Amino acid sequence: MKRETATIKMTYREAIRAALREALLRDERVFLMGEDVGRYGGCFAVSKGLLEEFGPERIRDTPLSESAFVGAGIGAALGGMRPIVEIMTVNFSLLALDQIVNNAATILHMSGGLFNTPLVIRMTTGGGRQLAAQHSHSLEGWYAHIPGIKVLTPATLEDARGMLWTALEDPDPVLIFEHGSLYNMEGEIAAGAGPVGISEAAVRRPGKDLSLITYGGTLGKSLEAAQELEREGISAEVVDLRILRPLDAPTIVESVTRTHRAVIIDEGWRSGSISAEITARIVENAFYELDGPVARVCSAEVPMPYAKHLEDAALPQVPGIVAAARRVVGRRG
Amino acid sequence: MNLRAKESMPVLQRDHALHLLREMLRIRRFEEKSAELYAAAKIRGFLHLYIGEEAVAVGVMQALEPRDAVVATYREHGHALVRGVSAASVMAEMCGKVEGCCRGRGGSMHIFDAATRFYGGNAIVGGGLPLAVGLALADKMMRRKQVTACFFGEGAVAEGEFHESMNLAALWGLPVVFCCENNLYAMGTALERSESETDLCLKAASFEVPSWPVDGMDILAVEEAARRAVTAVRSGGGPYFLEFRTYRFRAHSMFDPELYRTKQEVEEWKKRDPIPNFSVLLKEQGLLKEEDLDLIEAEVGAEIHEAVQFAEAGNWEPVEDLTRFVYSEQGRP
Repeated sequence: MKRETATIKMTYREAIRAALREALLRDERVFLMGEDVGRYGGCFAVSKGLLEEFGPERIRDTPLSESAFVGAGIGAALGGMRPIVEIMTVNFSLLALDQIVNNAATILHMSGGLFNTPLVIRMTTGGGRQLAAQHSHSLEGWYAHIPGIKVLTPATLEDARGMLWTALEDPDPVLIFEHGSLYNMEGEIAAGAGPVGISEAAVRRPGKDLSLITYGGTLGKSLEAAQELEREGISAEVVDLRILRPLDAPTIVESVTRTHRAVIIDEGWRSGSISAEITARIVENAFYELDGPVARVCSAEVPMPYAKHLEDAALPQVPGIVAAARRVVGRRG
Repeated sequence: MNLRAKESMPVLQRDHALHLLREMLRIRRFEEKSAELYAAAKIRGFLHLYIGEEAVAVGVMQALEPRDAVVATYREHGHALVRGVSAASVMAEMCGKVEGCCRGRGGSMHIFDAATRFYGGNAIVGGGLPLAVGLALADKMMRRKQVTACFFGEGAVAEGEFHESMNLAALWGLPVVFCCENNLYAMGTALERSESETDLCLKAASFEVPSWPVDGMDILAVEEAARRAVTAVRSGGGPYFLEFRTYRFRAHSMFDPELYRTKQEVEEWKKRDPIPNFSVLLKEQGLLKEEDLDLIEAEVGAEIHEAVQFAEAGNWEPVEDLTRFVYSEQGRP
């Protein structure tokens, strides 16, 4: 095997850890802070081993003070550091909403361009682990509403490995949402995998009959649905948004222009969601390309229940995606 | 206990004394002019005047060096002026002109300046404290002997961000001087109506932070306390908390009918006005003659007149530039 095509086996968790490690090695201004990132090794074991390698100055355990340590990340970024702030889950990030929305997203603008905030905030998002209604929600679509921040949703090993460094090089605040169900996802990744772009969506599977447009935790389910549809003779293209803000509308529009049909799969609630935004972009930019209405597969509009059968029913699942795709292409089944 | 200046300070130097008086007068006259311009609809939005509290900003700034940082609130014109942001650029900002320090994007509540390390102008009560903690964290991690002075009102003490920030700064031994401007009212809510414990130093001390109440109407007391605090903080002793007991003579903002306090109370406090009281003291000590005061007033008046002329002659930023400064403009000169 040639050196450049050599691959290694890695989990999503290990890919993020490798990215963190690389960033800490490459730039001494980089440090990681958050609840239990050090001695505990990270709530989801992402930062395991980093404390031993980089010490408590750079792998900084914080008190349970989301607002203070996110705000401190903003201040440290203004002061010349390149902080990576880890928030355990998106639900906890609501305790830091003031700092994210009122400060990180606004300081560049309020200061007329004087002060930029090169801050990266990572957090876990999404359901599927029976963690009930205060640990399972998908609020990344909310954050995508806010001008001044960027919202990334790595769904592949390559993006888990490569988005962090690019985000750290960005002069403005970047939020990275890691879907909790992905940490154990294992696969082959190029041994030399490194930084990836954070401006464009990606077509993960080409197809001609319809576009499945998704991101994050539902990419895998959408690819699975596409395989099942293929067995029925339906060719589904799968678009991974990768970035929810700024949204790569051209890639979405190009895909729909090719396939003329779209199903959007979004783990957020339907009302006021990123899926609603994508629908609007399609209608605004590719209305006359459509051969039928845009469909959506979203989470049921309930706080996430604990019981497994109810949680499964609340989340987008492969059969639901397949059924929506069939309806959109006019198949019954 | 009160930190009294007169016993422990070296003999007051005339130049320095006149400087303190001049700085307080600059704020007073600048803000009186601002109120006029507000009445004339040249300044809009919220306008929060600092009149009555000038001794606090002036005294604290004496203790800071150019390399230090300042985080202030929405009542910050005075802090900006004394820190060295030009009266012209602050006035132009309040008039919404592109020549303003933030190109008219921030206005009265969001004054920022890079040259003087002035980080706002924060209009979410308590929201500036985590930023100050982060700026200080960057200084500590980079082994810079710099201090961040963080101003906030007593209203902020009721916010979680105050407690989170005090804890974090103390826990990590960060170089922040927390400057609480206790003017007794959070907008219209008196301290005793919002705090179960009205001794603010007691709260700060519970975080193991050295905490002192200071007569905020006495410029010399303020300066001495600030110098003591800054020296301790700069030498690596961790944060410091100063409670400046002061009073705002004007309404909270231009929309405030002042239903929550009596005219008599305001008049009582006006007897403690830091400017005439300091003038009297200087005259008693033979450091100030009436013609000195006239000269200072004339010079201050000229500076403000020029500032207003500069602001009025300024330009509106072209509407085509509306969406600039949401994200950094990489590669732009």
